[in-house]
Amino acid sequence: MTIQTMLQELSRGFLTTLSIFFFTLLGSLPLGLVVNLCRSCRIAPLRWLTKIYISIMRGTPLMLQLMVVYFGPNLIFGISTPSNWRSMAVIVAFVINYAAYFAEIYRGGIESISLGQYEAAQVLGYSRAQTYGKIILPQMIKRVLPPVTNEVITLVKDTSLASVIGVVEMFTRARQIAVAPHSPGMLTFAAAAVFYYVFNYVVAFVMERIEKALDYYR
Amino acid sequence: MRVLEMNHVKKSFDNETIHVLRDISLHVDEGEVVAIIGPSGSGKSTLLRCATLLTQMDSGDLIYTGTYAARDEGGRSVYAEKKILKEIRACFGLVFQNFNLFPHYSVLKNLTDPQISVLGRKKAEAEKKARELLAKMGLEDKADAYPCQLSGGQQQRVAIARALAMEPKILFFDEPTSALDPELTGEILKVIRALAEEHMTMVIVTHEMAFARDVADRVIFMDGGVIVEEGAPEDVISNPKEERTRQFLSRFSAE
Ligand SMILES: Nc1ncnc2c1ncn2[C@@H]1O[C@H](COP(=O)(O)OP(=O)(O)OP(=O)(O)O)[C@@H](O)[C@H]1O
Ligand SMILES: [Mg+2]
Repeated sequence: MTIQTMLQELSRGFLTTLSIFFFTLLGSLPLGLVVNLCRSCRIAPLRWLTKIYISIMRGTPLMLQLMVVYFGPNLIFGISTPSNWRSMAVIVAFVINYAAYFAEIYRGGIESISLGQYEAAQVLGYSRAQTYGKIILPQMIKRVLPPVTNEVITLVKDTSLASVIGVVEMFTRARQIAVAPHSPGMLTFAAAAVFYYVFNYVVAFVMERIEKALDYYR
Repeated sequence: MRVLEMNHVKKSFDNETIHVLRDISLHVDEGEVVAIIGPSGSGKSTLLRCATLLTQMDSGDLIYTGTYAARDEGGRSVYAEKKILKEIRACFGLVFQNFNLFPHYSVLKNLTDPQISVLGRKKAEAEKKARELLAKMGLEDKADAYPCQLSGGQQQRVAIARALAMEPKILFFDEPTSALDPELTGEILKVIRALAEEHMTMVIVTHEMAFARDVADRVIFMDGGVIVEEGAPEDVISNPKEERTRQFLSRFSAE
């Protein structure tokens, strides 16, 4: 196998990595908000359920969660899963796992906003929804950007865990290539490392840009 | 017209272990300026918070221009339904000690957004109102600044303008100058004085005795959750009848 083919193969795996990354963020960033709202809502059972959910997501390995989501429906409930379940399961598992972490981060951000902001909004006559959407949420987003950036960078690396249920993302592909006969061997892993590194570099750059864009106030 | 009336208001915290307001009754008429003075912990802020619906009273009535926000029923304050409370919130404004401007909004948006979101005003109308008020506060050139770029005194003037933009019937101030450097206190007092001259109805909690005496029509001295003495400033501040008032005031004249 030439180095060029190796790189092509890796690029295909990288597309899978990229889509896991993208769909996970697309689902978990907003879901984290919902989870955070549920945790402090007025319905007590929903609050408890949310807390249990968060503690399970944070207290067990993502690898295990991937397996439960992928095999669980069939092994536990006897449901026959659709043929494309593998790629769906990986997104579902990543989204519910990351949503729990994001919910925790959001909570920290919201708690750091002074009570005076709520009171000013209330006295002016803003509704609860307006207060949350116009006053609290925008300030929260600014405050949580640094921890969210950390989490997003972790996600880049976590995508490789998808291999546990047989999703061929970049890392899995690299492993397959490396052990194949006449392959570039260790060079494959070096190439994969460069892919991850550049990806994370771009992610960090984008996040920094967003932070800068929100720098107009303190 | 009677803008605000509070009857037999009681408030305690921590399962009735801390009694902060013990049977407070007061009223404010249209155009009146009432100053509330008293030592720290006497319940002044709690009283304003009850009046502005930030804190629920345990018992007593809260009435704005004849409409009950809360009515005492068998020793418990029963609050009106949401819709009425929303209308009542439009009656009053509150200026906080530490301003509580919205940091992510420009000065102009701090003034326009509540008008648009709460009163349903058109953007152009809200902006016109906002610019008028900023000019009145001497801040016309700060419309596009963010609160963090302003001095404390400027921020407080924006906060006053934000409250005025909602055209409240009564404006409450909770120690509006306490978070400011002494040299910035004057600019806020000047603004409040100007409002008093326009007969804006106001209730001002303050430690500025000279200011209270000048600007207020009536002074209320609170201590330990009760109104100890109430009357014209010449009487309460210059000529107090009660021993507790005298003790409190002697600390100021000694300065
Ligand atoms: N949410 C609360 N929970 C428990 N105690 C409270 C609460 N709010 C106020 N208090 C207590 O009520 C008392 C009166 O407080 P308040 O803030 O009304 O006083 P104040 O007259 O405004 O004092 P200051 O001049 O220092 O602002 C204080 O002893 C305070 O500790
Ligand atoms: Mg106070």
